[in-house]
Amino acid sequence: MTPTTWFKRHGLASWLLLACLLLVVFPLLFDNFRLNLVGKYLSYGFVAIGLVMLWGYGGVLSLGQGVFFGLGGYCMAMFLKLEASDPITTKIQSTPGIPDFMDWNQLTALPAWWVPFEYLPFALLAVVLVPVILAFVIGYAMFKRRVGGVYFAIITQAVTLILTVLIIGQQGYTGGVNGITDLKTLNGWDIRTDSAKVILYFVNAGLLLAAILVCGWIQRSKLGTLLLAMRDKEDRVRFSGYDVSMFKVFVFCLSAMLAGIGGALFTLQVGFMSPSLVGIVPSIEMVIFAAVGGRMSLIGAVYGALLVNAGKTYFSESFPELWLFLMAALFIGVVMAFPNGLAGLYETYVKPRIGRRKSATAAAPVDAPAQHPAPAALDDALPPGLTREEC
Amino acid sequence: MSNTDFVLAIEDLSVSFDGFKAIDALTLYIDRGELRVIIGPNGAGKTTLLDLICGKTRATGGSIKFKNEEMLGQAEHKIVRAGIGRKFQTPSIYENLPVFKNLEVSFPRGRGVFGALAFKCTDDVNSRVQEVATEIGLADKLDMEAGLLSHGEKQWLEIGMLLMQDPELLMLDEPIAGMSARERDLTAELLKRICQNRSVIVIEHDMEFVKRIAHKVTVMHQGKILAEGSMEQVQKNERVIDVYLGH
Repeated sequence: MTPTTWFKRHGLASWLLLACLLLVVFPLLFDNFRLNLVGKYLSYGFVAIGLVMLWGYGGVLSLGQGVFFGLGGYCMAMFLKLEASDPITTKIQSTPGIPDFMDWNQLTALPAWWVPFEYLPFALLAVVLVPVILAFVIGYAMFKRRVGGVYFAIITQAVTLILTVLIIGQQGYTGGVNGITDLKTLNGWDIRTDSAKVILYFVNAGLLLAAILVCGWIQRSKLGTLLLAMRDKEDRVRFSGYDVSMFKVFVFCLSAMLAGIGGALFTLQVGFMSPSLVGIVPSIEMVIFAAVGGRMSLIGAVYGALLVNAGKTYFSESFPELWLFLMAALFIGVVMAFPNGLAGLYETYVKPRIGRRKSATAAAPVDAPAQHPAPAALDDALPPGLTREEC
Repeated sequence: MSNTDFVLAIEDLSVSFDGFKAIDALTLYIDRGELRVIIGPNGAGKTTLLDLICGKTRATGGSIKFKNEEMLGQAEHKIVRAGIGRKFQTPSIYENLPVFKNLEVSFPRGRGVFGALAFKCTDDVNSRVQEVATEIGLADKLDMEAGLLSHGEKQWLEIGMLLMQDPELLMLDEPIAGMSARERDLTAELLKRICQNRSVIVIEHDMEFVKRIAHKVTVMHQGKILAEGSMEQVQKNERVIDVYLGH
C-alpha cells in the first residue's frame, strides 16, 4: 500500500466514524432538547472547518469569523422574520406587516433592502454570497497589500467590532441588541416543533459532513498543496508564478461561506439571531474550537466545536463567572502544549499504538514498513513556532 | 529606447533606500544562451539587482526589458510567467512536502485559483518531474520529504523547481554556498547543461567556481558596474584588483 492510499483510507475511516456518531449515535442517545443543542454546536462546526482551511492550511488567522457567521445567520433570520410578520399576526402594530422591532422604532414601511428577503431563494443565496462578498472585499484589500499575520487578525477584530456596533446602533433595521427574535416558520413549515428540530439537526449534520468532504478534496488538490507551500515559503510560491494574494482571498472567502452556512443553520435551529453571537468574544471562541480540535484536521475541528461548546454549556451554567477565564486558559494551554490540538494528540500518541498492535498481530517482519510514520507527517506537520507567532 | 536582440536589457537602472543608492544608473545586457556571473564585494548591490529584475524590489528609475518587454512595475508572478526564474540565496523549498510535490507544484499549469483546483498530475507533468529530477540528480529521492535532503540537494531541488517552469532567464543567487567540493563539481556540470537553451545569471563569490562556469563576468561595486568581460580580462583589471580581488 502506498502512503497516499493509506492516508486517504485513514481519513475516510475517521470521516465515517464521525458520520456514524452524528447520524446514528447522537440521535439514538439524546432526547430532542439535547439533540437540538448538539445541532447548535454543529452549526459552529462549519466555522471550525473553515478555520482549518484558513488558519491551519492557509496560515491566515482570522479573529472575525463571527462576522460571517452572523451575516449568514442574519440573512436567514430576515427571511424568517418577514414570514413571521404577516399583516394578520401583526395587526396590533401601528404599521401591520413589518417586523415588530421596526414598528417599535417608528418605521412605517419595510426598508427597500429588506424587500428581497421575502423570497426564500434570495435569502438562501444571500446566506452564502453576503459573507463571501464581504470576505472578498476585505481579503482583496488586505492580501493585495500583503497585510498578514497579526495585523490581519487585528483588522478582522476591528471589522467584528464595527459590525456589532452597526447592528446594535441601527435598531430599526436590525433589531438592535435583542437581535431578530420570534422566528416561526420556514415557507410555512413550523421550525419550532420537535420533529422540525430533528429534521434540521439531520440537515445540519449532513451538510457538515458534505462540507468536510469538499474541504478534504480542496486539501488534496494542487490548491491545498499550494496553501501549505505558501504558509512555509510564501516568496517561493510567488516567484513560481502564482498570485499568492488571490489564493489567500479564495481561502478566506471559503471560510466565510462556511461560517455563513453555519450561521443560517444556527438561526434555524435556535430560532433567533443576535449581535451577541457576532462579536469579538464569539469570534475568538470560534478560533478556540479549531485550536482545541486541531487546526490541521477537519474532523478534529468538528470534535473541537462539539467539546468546547458542550463544556461551555456545562461550565457556564455551573460556574458562570469562571467560564471566560477557563476558556482563555484552555486556549493558551492548547496552543502552548498541543499546537495540533486533539487531532495532534491522536496522531502522536494513539495512532502509533494502533499501528504497533496491528503489526504485532500480523506477521511482524512483513508489516514492518507499515509502522513507518511518514505518511501522516505531510498533513499534520506544522512548522515549529508558527502557532506562537500567529497568536 | 530601441529594441535589441538581448534577452535582458537593463538600462540606467537606479534604486535608493532612504537616500542610499543601492543601484546607481546601472546598464547591463545579457545575451541569449549566455551564462553571466556577477561578482563583487558585499554590499555591491548584486542581490538587489536580482530583486529588481524579478520585481521583489521596486526601482526608482530606469528600465528592465526582457525580450523587449518592459518588466518594471509588473507584478512578480507576471514577471515569472514571462519567463524569468529566480533562486534565492538560502534554499527556499517546501520542507514539509515530498520532493515530487515540490517539483509538481512548480509545473507551470493551473496557476490561477480555479486552475489549481482542477489541476491533475497527468502523464506529461509526471514525465517532466522525472526528467527534471534526473537532471538535478534527485530521481531516487522523489518520495523523500524535502526537509530531509542535504543542504546541497536542497539547492539543486530549488534549481529543479525553476527548471520545471522552463524559464528563458534563470537567476541564481550563490547556488554553491555551503556545498562540498563534490557537490560544487556536480553543480558546475548542471549549470553548464542548463544554460544550453537559456540565459543564466549567477551571483558567486568562489573564484575557482566562477572560472569554471562563466562565459562573461560582471564586477559590481557600490551599485555600479566596475568591469565586464572574460574572467582573464577582469582578473587583470587594476580597479577590480583594488576593490575586490586584492593584490
